[in-house]
Amino acid sequence: MGKLKIIFSPMSLFCTRVEWALKLKGLEYELIVEDLRKGKSELLLKSNPVHKKIPVLLDDGVAIAESKVILEYIDEKWKGGDYYSLLPQDPYERAQARFWAQFADDKCVFGAGEACRADDGLEKEKAVETTIESFAYLEKQIEGKKFFGGEKIGYLDLVAGWIPFVLGVLEEAGGMKIYDAERFPSLHEWAQNFSEIPLIKECVPPRDMLLHNMTARLSNLRSLAANKP
Amino acid sequence: MAEEVILLDFWPSMFGMRARIALREKGVEFDMREEDLSNKSPLLLKMNPVHKKIPVLIHGGKPVCESLIIVQYIDETWGHESPLLPSDPYERARARFWADYVDKKIYLALRTLRPSTGEAQEAAKKEYIESLKVMEGELGDKAYFGGERFGYVDVSLIPFYSWFYGLEVLANFSIKEECPKLVAWAERCMQRESVAKSLPDQYKLYEYLLERTKKLQAQ
Repeated sequence: MGKLKIIFSPMSLFCTRVEWALKLKGLEYELIVEDLRKGKSELLLKSNPVHKKIPVLLDDGVAIAESKVILEYIDEKWKGGDYYSLLPQDPYERAQARFWAQFADDKCVFGAGEACRADDGLEKEKAVETTIESFAYLEKQIEGKKFFGGEKIGYLDLVAGWIPFVLGVLEEAGGMKIYDAERFPSLHEWAQNFSEIPLIKECVPPRDMLLHNMTARLSNLRSLAANKP
Repeated sequence: MAEEVILLDFWPSMFGMRARIALREKGVEFDMREEDLSNKSPLLLKMNPVHKKIPVLIHGGKPVCESLIIVQYIDETWGHESPLLPSDPYERARARFWADYVDKKIYLALRTLRPSTGEAQEAAKKEYIESLKVMEGELGDKAYFGGERFGYVDVSLIPFYSWFYGLEVLANFSIKEECPKLVAWAERCMQRESVAKSLPDQYKLYEYLLERTKKLQAQ
């Protein structure tokens, strides 16, 4: 035992999605916390020399990087029998799950981040508008379903799982509004159901910690931008 | 009971080429439909309403979008005796990681390089070569990225080779000099019928790039 480790930060929901996957599979693991304020550890640079980013899964010393790649790895290595299934079996359904996961990361996460970072005024307005359009697509995907995975949570729920916990924090730190229960009723219901699941919520740090971290990062980014020649 | 396979495509698209190669590797008959991207067909807009981009694979009327997702779908649906992805979970993860690298780094570097001129072009060339060198490092002395067999990472990267000549002329550099092992790998891949049939002629592509560059610079 003790051969599965995640190079990890509790502040990153890309990392949390990996932890969720391991818990769903019933696997034991260790968290190696990377302090993002202190610069990158030797272990991180050695394990992910290409991107130098977390999360990295270490399986008996072998490193796997990129959160969605890690999720598929976990699903494929521990499959069959009693193991929980993350991705659907049917190739077409799998393609759909992958498509929406990519969309959720490329458009929703990125969009919300941009809207948070953007300076007040036209830039911010536009970023918010674009992100709302992206979320509208996600709303349509969850309409009529309890979870993205169907009756039970799956790969896409884990990928979208940042929304109930981090979106509100981004909105508060960034002074903008993307989400409300009226505009996205199905997403709202999904968010409530998803965030209530014990193994999901026990991996997420308290909201005020996330907010504190986000505010600090934002102010850091802004001062870097202000100091640019 | 074969269901109809349609590929909505655009001949210079590297992403379209990936889908073509994968279908041909599996021996799947398909109807390749050329899109005019300045006047997108109702079918394209219906099948890919989110991004409105090619390639789109339509299998039995159902669309699959995004080239790497299409290639995985093709791999999982047809020709299980000749898989593009390896069977070992770690090797699969490695293949997915590197295909993602091609999209994240190499394609991005290419997009920066294309319209650039002067000093910006020099910097963009350097980035592009650096990203190709990383791939070359990953290839090492292997015949293909997956080892002995042509596979997923090869499919994701080989389309970029069709653009090499045009880029070299337009930006005045030699990719072969900078990355000889990678070019040797590309030439090896071009021996495969699926690849040779799916990549357009490099001179035709150069003309296309020239025309596009002129248009972009005029804007």
